[in-house]
Amino acid sequence: MDIIVCIKRVPEVAEIDLQVDQTGKGIQDEGLVFGVNDWDNYAVEEAVRIKEKHGGKVTAITVGPAESEDVVRRALALGADEAVMATDPKSEGSDGYAIAKILAAVIKDMTYDIILTGALADDDGYAQVGATLAELLDIPHATLVTAIEIEEKRVKVKRELEGGMEEALDVATPALFTIQSGINEPRYVSIMGIRKVAKKEVATLDLNAVGLSPDQVGAEGSLIFVEKIFPPPVGEGAELLEGSPDEVATKVTDIFQKGGVI
Amino acid sequence: MAEILVLMEHRQGEMKEISLEMLSKGQELADKTKAELTAVLLGKGVASMADRVKGFCHHTLVVEDERLTNFNSEPYQDVLSFLMKERSPSLVLIGHTAIGMDLAPPLATAAGVPLATDCYEIEVKGDAVIPYRQMYAGKMCAEVHFKKAPCHMITVRAGSFPAEGLQEINGAVEQVSFQFEKDYAYKKFLEYVEAAVGDVDITQADVIVSVGRGIGDPENLPMVEELAKLLGGVVACSRPVSDKNWLPKERQVGTSGKTVKPKIYIALGISGAFQHIAGMKNATTIIAVNKDAKAPIFSVAHYGIVDDLLKVVPGIVAKVRERKGA
Repeated sequence: MDIIVCIKRVPEVAEIDLQVDQTGKGIQDEGLVFGVNDWDNYAVEEAVRIKEKHGGKVTAITVGPAESEDVVRRALALGADEAVMATDPKSEGSDGYAIAKILAAVIKDMTYDIILTGALADDDGYAQVGATLAELLDIPHATLVTAIEIEEKRVKVKRELEGGMEEALDVATPALFTIQSGINEPRYVSIMGIRKVAKKEVATLDLNAVGLSPDQVGAEGSLIFVEKIFPPPVGEGAELLEGSPDEVATKVTDIFQKGGVI
Repeated sequence: MAEILVLMEHRQGEMKEISLEMLSKGQELADKTKAELTAVLLGKGVASMADRVKGFCHHTLVVEDERLTNFNSEPYQDVLSFLMKERSPSLVLIGHTAIGMDLAPPLATAAGVPLATDCYEIEVKGDAVIPYRQMYAGKMCAEVHFKKAPCHMITVRAGSFPAEGLQEINGAVEQVSFQFEKDYAYKKFLEYVEAAVGDVDITQADVIVSVGRGIGDPENLPMVEELAKLLGGVVACSRPVSDKNWLPKERQVGTSGKTVKPKIYIALGISGAFQHIAGMKNATTIIAVNKDAKAPIFSVAHYGIVDDLLKVVPGIVAKVRERKGA
């Protein structure tokens, strides 16, 4: 069972005060910490688990700036066998569709049984690239997958629906699945583990090498554009409870009492 | 005349709220772009649903077939591709739901139609349709422009538009026949798997003490359980906590978990992703504790404490105990 897993380098934004950059279309990168997209982390773990159980090879692929090498190296440390990075300044500004085109160009000549991606990415949150890639490769797909069971030439998956419900599907391979968070418990990757794979080769491909022309990617090859970004409008918002810890605790307890729960 | 197609969403014979939400926005967009509004209903035995929506649009197209009984992106895509080719709509609206996420990207790609996903607002400026969506876990909003094309597609975030107050347009139901050429053996729906039933039903609780990523470690849960117990409530959580198995899935509040409406909802270390807020925003009183003053949870909370929950909760526990004289 040969598995391809597509991963993305994203900024960590929890508890970070994001600022709009000078172009008005992106965020200021300075001081941000980047890492692998959370959903992709689950996808890599799932790929490695399938390999451990059924044999085969795991190839991690990323599309992005040269710094993205970090996330494929991390995937190697986690148990991936090979790593590919498609990087080219001309691809900057690609939308989800253009990214899927690059991935499809990288993957089209590879052999595989299953492709895994994260269900969505922490940064753009399009939830679009995986299913688009499946269409470009003309293979079946299922999104928001919460369980994978491999059978001969078929895969039984569960998909997350709304309200805690799921549906079970039976899909023929080769197929693509987008992985929902919580499908597994990703193993911890130590610095030692990453050092161990420091000498492993990461195949680095530019646009030319994947067989795409500049007009197929970047803004020119995209179908949507972020015109501007802005912080969410602040509504009325919460009344802030401030003061010493004891004062705050008193105020909260008053609210409980007013609400009739104590 | 231009036409806006809206995909009706249903599961197990039940129309989903998002269908009406999209029709309500669709009415406004149809008005502004001088288009006709058309509901598309794919399924088997969906006549009563068609009757329910036909009054709100100019046309209600119904395609009935065994293969459409339960959602499967493959036959859905074939039927919608056919309808889009036949009718050349200017805009297609689909929910950003488990259905839409599986369907819209391949459908748009195959049709060569620009797609903007997970949009919470849609404006019309001149002859352009401008969708708005969120990025960076809800910390930024984005105005999105489409590449010029005869047709655009938008997936709509649930809960973005009202499902009530729709105008009566009184269109008619039109049955459309579609010749399926495949049996879709390569992607088969098997069954629905109902949510696990746990020992505690959080939807019945008057007080919910809910924890998120900020709890840091499962070792910190007893303190939260103690607070819940003192208040006669239950402990619930946001997605990151159930993803890590620190609490069972049935305690998760949000679109993929439970929708709750307690008297008091205490959000501890929950940043307030849209999916979580959708599950608890109707609580009578919401108190949020989070280190990040810009966390979206503070925009729905009535009271906020900007601090580390691990520092705040013990003080509250002590004070409540004192007040109760226990």
